[in-house]
Amino acid sequence: MARQSGEVIVDLRNISLRFGGVKALTDISFDVREHEIRSIIGPNGAGKSSMLNVINGVYHPQEGQIHFRGQLRRRMEPHHAAEQGIARTFQNIALFKGMTVLDNIMTGRALKMRCNFLQHAFYWGAAQREEAAHRLKVEEIIEFLEIQSIRKTPVGRLPYGLQKRVELARALAAEPHILLLDEPMAGMNVEEKQDMCRFILDVNDHYGTTIVLIEHDMGVVMDISDRVVVLDYGRKIGDGLPDEVKGNPEVIAAYLGAAH
Amino acid sequence: MLYREAGQFRTSYAEDGRIFPIRQDRIGFALLLLVFGVAVPLLANEYWLKAILTPVLIFSLAAIGLNILTGYAGQLSLGSAAFMAVGAFAAYNFILRVDGMPFLLALALAGLAAALVGVLFGLPSLRIKGFYLAVATLAAQFFIVWVLVKFPWFSNYSSSGVVTAQEVVILGYAFVSPEARYVLTFAVVAVLALAAKNLVRSATGRAWMAVRDMDVAAQVIGFRLMRTKLLAFAVSSFYCGVAGALYAYTYIGTVEPEGFNLDLSFKILFMIIIGGVGSIMGSFLGAAFIVLLPILLDNLVPALFGNALGAGFVSNLQLMIFGGLIIFFLIVEPHGLARLWQIAKEKLRLWPFPH
Amino acid sequence: MQFFIEVLIGGLLSGVMYALVALGFVLIYKASGVFNFAQGAMVFFAALSFVGFQEVLPARFGLEAGSAAVFWLSFLLAFATMVVLGIATERIVLRPLVNQPPITLFMATIGLTYVVEGLAQMTWGANVRGLELGIMDEPIAWLMDDYGIGVSKFDLFAAGVAASLVALLALLFQYTKVGRALRAVADDHQAALSIGIPLQTIWRVVWAVAGFVALVAGMIWGARNGVQFALTFTALKALPVLILGGFTSVPGAIVGGLIIGASEKLAEVYVGPLVGGGIEGWFPYMLALAFLLVRPEGLFGERHIDRV
Repeated sequence: MARQSGEVIVDLRNISLRFGGVKALTDISFDVREHEIRSIIGPNGAGKSSMLNVINGVYHPQEGQIHFRGQLRRRMEPHHAAEQGIARTFQNIALFKGMTVLDNIMTGRALKMRCNFLQHAFYWGAAQREEAAHRLKVEEIIEFLEIQSIRKTPVGRLPYGLQKRVELARALAAEPHILLLDEPMAGMNVEEKQDMCRFILDVNDHYGTTIVLIEHDMGVVMDISDRVVVLDYGRKIGDGLPDEVKGNPEVIAAYLGAAH
Repeated sequence: MLYREAGQFRTSYAEDGRIFPIRQDRIGFALLLLVFGVAVPLLANEYWLKAILTPVLIFSLAAIGLNILTGYAGQLSLGSAAFMAVGAFAAYNFILRVDGMPFLLALALAGLAAALVGVLFGLPSLRIKGFYLAVATLAAQFFIVWVLVKFPWFSNYSSSGVVTAQEVVILGYAFVSPEARYVLTFAVVAVLALAAKNLVRSATGRAWMAVRDMDVAAQVIGFRLMRTKLLAFAVSSFYCGVAGALYAYTYIGTVEPEGFNLDLSFKILFMIIIGGVGSIMGSFLGAAFIVLLPILLDNLVPALFGNALGAGFVSNLQLMIFGGLIIFFLIVEPHGLARLWQIAKEKLRLWPFPH
Repeated sequence: MQFFIEVLIGGLLSGVMYALVALGFVLIYKASGVFNFAQGAMVFFAALSFVGFQEVLPARFGLEAGSAAVFWLSFLLAFATMVVLGIATERIVLRPLVNQPPITLFMATIGLTYVVEGLAQMTWGANVRGLELGIMDEPIAWLMDDYGIGVSKFDLFAAGVAASLVALLALLFQYTKVGRALRAVADDHQAALSIGIPLQTIWRVVWAVAGFVALVAGMIWGARNGVQFALTFTALKALPVLILGGFTSVPGAIVGGLIIGASEKLAEVYVGPLVGGGIEGWFPYMLALAFLLVRPEGLFGERHIDRV
């Protein structure tokens, strides 16, 4: 593979996460290297989304350590993660339903905007210039994802596939170092999946963005991933190159239910 | 054929971000400002200025305040009237106790005082949502009014608890006539409404709406819930506070804490439901509607049914019509009059070609 | 100490009455996810209908005023009125708003509050009326004589009624077919619909039951304080009760009611004089608010986990 993965930037060590008595994650260690596409696979309820939620601070694990670029993070809130350059899409689309596509994507620029609310109230000089400058950036992303025609449509009115694309656009607007994608292709037809794959590979190539991906379509996962981790019932049962994982008997058992 | 945008191109993002991107709208809005800012005070009679136009403007301001909190930031409040009370009594005390306090400064300080109290009662919103928060705002409603009643310092030890607003003087000019008071109100409301519009179309407004629509996603993007919500409470209460001060100084002149009761809070809520939740213009439409409806009923019912039904009948009918309209709007047009206006405009842009 | 106990008991018993109103909220919230702000107006309307029928029946139909027949007939008619109101609400307000965000439904019930208040006064007039249940509001003699503690017979009676009502509802929920369907609906609308539970029927039943609870609460409150517009405010007092107890818990409503009742009376008596009195009006809210900050899901509510 032409892409050269760099050093480890996210390092999860012995993470355990519980909700009341339910164990969502048990003693999971997992790392992400700079510039790679890292996939998380596993049956439903395996704890994949919980992993992403731990990485970007939505959930706080009871045990374990998270190192980000070699630094140990204590309890982190989602906005800290955002400030560190982690962006994210969600399994069940989490767009802002009452806003237009453009406004949704503009929210992705929030951390890069400097004017305060008093300047906004006057909407003059700096505030107006800043708005226009960020609009320019957002238009680049709109063009990249080919959604120019729906710019001013309220997102609630869009079909599912486009909503997923807008959500990706919003995440990209933050110019993230690490992009967490939670089933970006779920419920899509083949053409839509191809488009989405192209976008993901382009993002990875163009912007050098590190991508952590949850996906059920094994064809896609094996095709585009650099490394794959497999979860089952909150435990890690496999980790490695796509081909290694494919041959792992435990993984096969989890997916096919074969006798141990 | 007047409402055409053919040939008008937006060539920069700044132009695309205007409040009124279509030229006809800009002209129309300028005319509207001229009519209500100049023609109306010159031509309208005293009754209209005093009993209808001035209160409509003041309630519009309060409705904008509530709309910022509820419509944009998604935090339902049932205590707007209490924040108006804070504004009214703060302005009264600033003018009373500080020698030579300029009126406009007192107005701004009244707003700030309300904003401060608003932030205080907004703190629970960091942990609770929805109805729980709505109930929490009732605490503000009852507590603030109780404080203003129980501590006579606020009403300068007036025996009845009623205070009379001092004369409004700006740069030596006394705003005594209904025309002058109306113009003052109009100017303050126009400036603040513009500022509100600017806020909601900028990054601040997007932060509020993001928190309203999906708070987890908003956090993940990097918005700080606490800062965003408390800012909404502060700005919203500032608007309500200024509205309360205007209510005392340019509208009724004498106020008591109990005047700012739960009923008034509900009225302001009704204004934004009928006018349009999440719309600055809707706040004006809703306020006008709620102020005008009882006046209309008072005149219409005796005309239709004679006086046999009595005043009680009219007031009960009014309750039922208010309530019925709320339900009607929520079912039929949850975005209120503002949305109807928008639909009309979109139709007009295409007219006479329907599709 | 005697005085303290007296205040405490008085507070607990008035708390029972808050609980009674809160119960109506909980029922509807459980079954339809609607936070029914109009519950207070319903209490007012039910009580007003009851006394209204008590006046109309002797005047129009020549029944003997004050007789048991008039009492029970009025009760039934008032109940029927509440059932009609409940069905109309379901049909006109709730059905068109199904699947709307809860906050929209909440605001709709604020509208409903105004409609019901207007309707009640338009139909029966706005005069304050007395309501006679035949139980004197006097201290129980032996408690007074032997221990010097004044506990009103009437309050005790109210507590008894509330307790039996709760027991009745618990049985209804737990052991009848309707109750089971109701719990299913409370859990998940879609799932309940998909296995053939008629959602609309369930809602009508719930609103009718809530109407019944409102009638009982209205009669007791009315007998105590007279049937008047102020009855609608008692419902506002039930809101902090709900915050304490959680919106979905019947025992929560009871315990919450007791806590609010007792603490507001104690606060009024012991803290009130220090700050000029009248703190009953807001104390329950502040208490509930303080409580929320510690435990946002209420005493008996379930902790909610955001799934993304």
